[in-house]
Amino acid sequence: MAQLSLAEKLTILADAAKYDASCASSGAKRRNSRDGKGIGSTTGNGICHAYAPDGRCISLLKILLTNSCIFDCHYCINRSSSNVRRARFTVDEVVDLTLDFYRRNYIEGLFLSSGIINTPNYTMEQIVRVAKTLREDHDFRGYIHLKTIPDAAADLVTQAGLYADRVSINVELPTVGGLRRLAPEKSEVRIEGAMAKMRSAIEDGKDARKRYRSAPHFAPAGQSTQMIIGADAATDQDIVSRAAALYERFDLRRVYYSAFSPIPDASAVLPLKRPPLMREHRLYQSDWMIRFYNFAPHEVSAAADPATGMLPLDIDPKLAWALKFREHFPMDVNRASKNMLLRIPGLGVKAVDAILAARRWQKLRLDDIGRLTVSVRKIRPFIIAADWTPVVLADQANLLPMLRDKPVQLELFAS
Amino acid sequence: MRAICLDAEDDFEGWRVAARSLAAIRIPAHEILWQVGGQPADLFGTVASPATATAPMAVPRDFVSLARQVILNRDPERFSLLYALLLRILDEPHSLQNRADRQLRRIEALHRSVRRDIHKMRAFVRFREVGEGKARRFVAWFEPEHHIVRANAAFFVERFTTMRWSILSPLGSIHWDGETLAEGPPAQRNQAMGDDPVEVVWKAYYSAIFNPARLMPNAMLKEMPKKYWKNMPETALIPGMIAGARERERGMLADARALPVKGYGAATIEGLREEARSCRRCPLWRPATQTVFGEGPHDARIMIIGEQPGDQEDQAGKAFVGPAGQVFDRALLAAGIDRASVYVTNAVKHFKFEPRGKRRIHARPNVGEIDACRWWVDQERAIVRPKLVIAMGATAARALTGRTMSVSSARGRPLILEDGTAAWITVHPSYLLRLPSEAEADEAFSQYVADLRGAVAKLEAA
Ligand code: SF4
Repeated sequence: MAQLSLAEKLTILADAAKYDASCASSGAKRRNSRDGKGIGSTTGNGICHAYAPDGRCISLLKILLTNSCIFDCHYCINRSSSNVRRARFTVDEVVDLTLDFYRRNYIEGLFLSSGIINTPNYTMEQIVRVAKTLREDHDFRGYIHLKTIPDAAADLVTQAGLYADRVSINVELPTVGGLRRLAPEKSEVRIEGAMAKMRSAIEDGKDARKRYRSAPHFAPAGQSTQMIIGADAATDQDIVSRAAALYERFDLRRVYYSAFSPIPDASAVLPLKRPPLMREHRLYQSDWMIRFYNFAPHEVSAAADPATGMLPLDIDPKLAWALKFREHFPMDVNRASKNMLLRIPGLGVKAVDAILAARRWQKLRLDDIGRLTVSVRKIRPFIIAADWTPVVLADQANLLPMLRDKPVQLELFAS
Repeated sequence: MRAICLDAEDDFEGWRVAARSLAAIRIPAHEILWQVGGQPADLFGTVASPATATAPMAVPRDFVSLARQVILNRDPERFSLLYALLLRILDEPHSLQNRADRQLRRIEALHRSVRRDIHKMRAFVRFREVGEGKARRFVAWFEPEHHIVRANAAFFVERFTTMRWSILSPLGSIHWDGETLAEGPPAQRNQAMGDDPVEVVWKAYYSAIFNPARLMPNAMLKEMPKKYWKNMPETALIPGMIAGARERERGMLADARALPVKGYGAATIEGLREEARSCRRCPLWRPATQTVFGEGPHDARIMIIGEQPGDQEDQAGKAFVGPAGQVFDRALLAAGIDRASVYVTNAVKHFKFEPRGKRRIHARPNVGEIDACRWWVDQERAIVRPKLVIAMGATAARALTGRTMSVSSARGRPLILEDGTAAWITVHPSYLLRLPSEAEADEAFSQYVADLRGAVAKLEAA
């Protein structure tokens, strides 16, 4: 193979990483370089340093160590039977790139993943070496997210957790059937086994820190995972319940959804379609319902169409839920509990907190609510305020056109 | 009227000391004129006596941190708005909690704008490396909206302690030499120019990490408004990336389509069939006996799509074996199409029925069911890649196009699908079985045969 320049390698290995949805650089322990050594800081909340025309933020240098892979997963552009150009970084190249970018304030840190080469252990070792060099030789205090390889040896995974702020293992696909068909060499049992081990390692780490202040931080920003949406037969209901189970069993910080993109040199088993971006968006909204609005997973599922198991695309799932369970509405904003207020479509957590604080001092009128939310027009049918009682919730046909999202420009490609 | 002179636009301490002494004697807000630098401009103003030690004043801590940031806003009214709020909370401390309050909302809006500006500075400052060895330093140019540069310095000091750097702005500059922070006068953009080779590498990264299949420029603009673009090296690439995206996606789809079905071949439809056995995408699987999947050569030039299996198909597990299947076979024969050469499948793979005593009466699948089952039809099409698809009946037409259309108006002429394949719509053979008179049935049958023949003739001609 001809020698590739650094920029060429970067083009190949960043291109290959762009299908990974996880980007957040949040949840790290606060650190800085005030003591005059090393470089970098984390403030707990990551910073998005740029945005790409696909609307996604760039906060980390997100690359693969190599896009060669011994596996042949159909949805993956790096699978062994794909014709893409291959490239491989050395450990030092990744370290230097990270530091160069960091010093110029382009990034918050590094997100490193890799195709599997030689053996899972060999690959994991290389990944760990990058993090180790950054932390030990350069005293790097920025953010590091490492993707771990499920089959790698336990002590390698432990080391990854010691150097990284966050670790993740992808579950890849929402259903076992999908995994079997599209990633025949991966196994649900092994993936979940690795996640379970990681969970206990993180808990042990926390425990140790409680007892000895000097114990090292172990993956302080926890673990996350990603699944691909739209490549297999899973319905939204399948996905929501799978995600809920993952949160529960492995104490995940985040489940990311990545709409399957038509990839160059795609495997023939896959549907040749545009990525279902709106579906991905609705799934993230359903994720919010569970994490921030205290909905139970089965309640989110109830918002889906019982015939297809799919969440509606034209309205958000919280609104879909409200339209289905109208008996809870209209809700009196001056009396309803926090939990119930959170169920009002169009009211976010901040607005609910503001309502709770404000109503200790005054009775809230529609105007007051208007000042606390984006669109009082959309909320109006669902609430009672001091000077406002809606007519009985109109039937869906009348209500929908008014509440539906403005057509977004997702369909940019439709011709 | 009293005029108060503050040292600088972001002179929080000055404001605080003055506000304290004025509020202690409850001077109303409209009697104070706040000014920055120089002599009071208002001739009738009298400068407030320098702050005398006033009794400690109980002010909620939230207010102090709010005021500290709001002072940084560019709005000339900020000093007096904050002072008015201060007077109010001295008497009614709870007004700070009432977030629906008009006055507070206005101040919060100023606050949000400052916070956003602080955040954007942390995000969008781009350092350029200049000089080497001992002289190596990093210089950035940033144009803030508010007076935030000084307040934001600590962040950069903590992050880049071991570097020597300067951030220049039209509102003032800050310099860090590794030990101390120095302030400088307003600067100009060309003072931060430089030629940093890493910029090229960064740009390569920026364009590679973008997925052209997900173009969403508005989402980008919301977070990274154009006003920041001119000082970030990578943003120069954006117009080209957007313009090229559509082409690139087309290319990706075309490449994918051109690929031979290597390695999977015959096994693929079998794999799909296997998978569909346990499909639960809609509730129709439950009462049905089994899935009835498509059949035929995996490289057929023609694919024919029917509605759904009937009672006999459900029991046999094979498509088109019942009465409608017999009409179908006759029509193919009459049109000169060899059934063994076409791939035949149904829009919906499970039998939908209503039990009526011992009998199971065929029921039409609804749109939700058709759309759910489209999952399979699409994949059958992706594998077989027929040159021509014939949809029989409205259900099949919907499965093909995703739209509801009337068969009578769409039949008899070609339709080009999204992926370029030609499609024809005609009636479903079971429709012929329902016609009351034999004459009508004969007429309809020859029309049906003519449709099939027409479609195939067009394909041959192409
Ligand atoms: S009818 Fe189609 S979508 Fe519904 S369960 Fe059967 S195969 Fe799945």
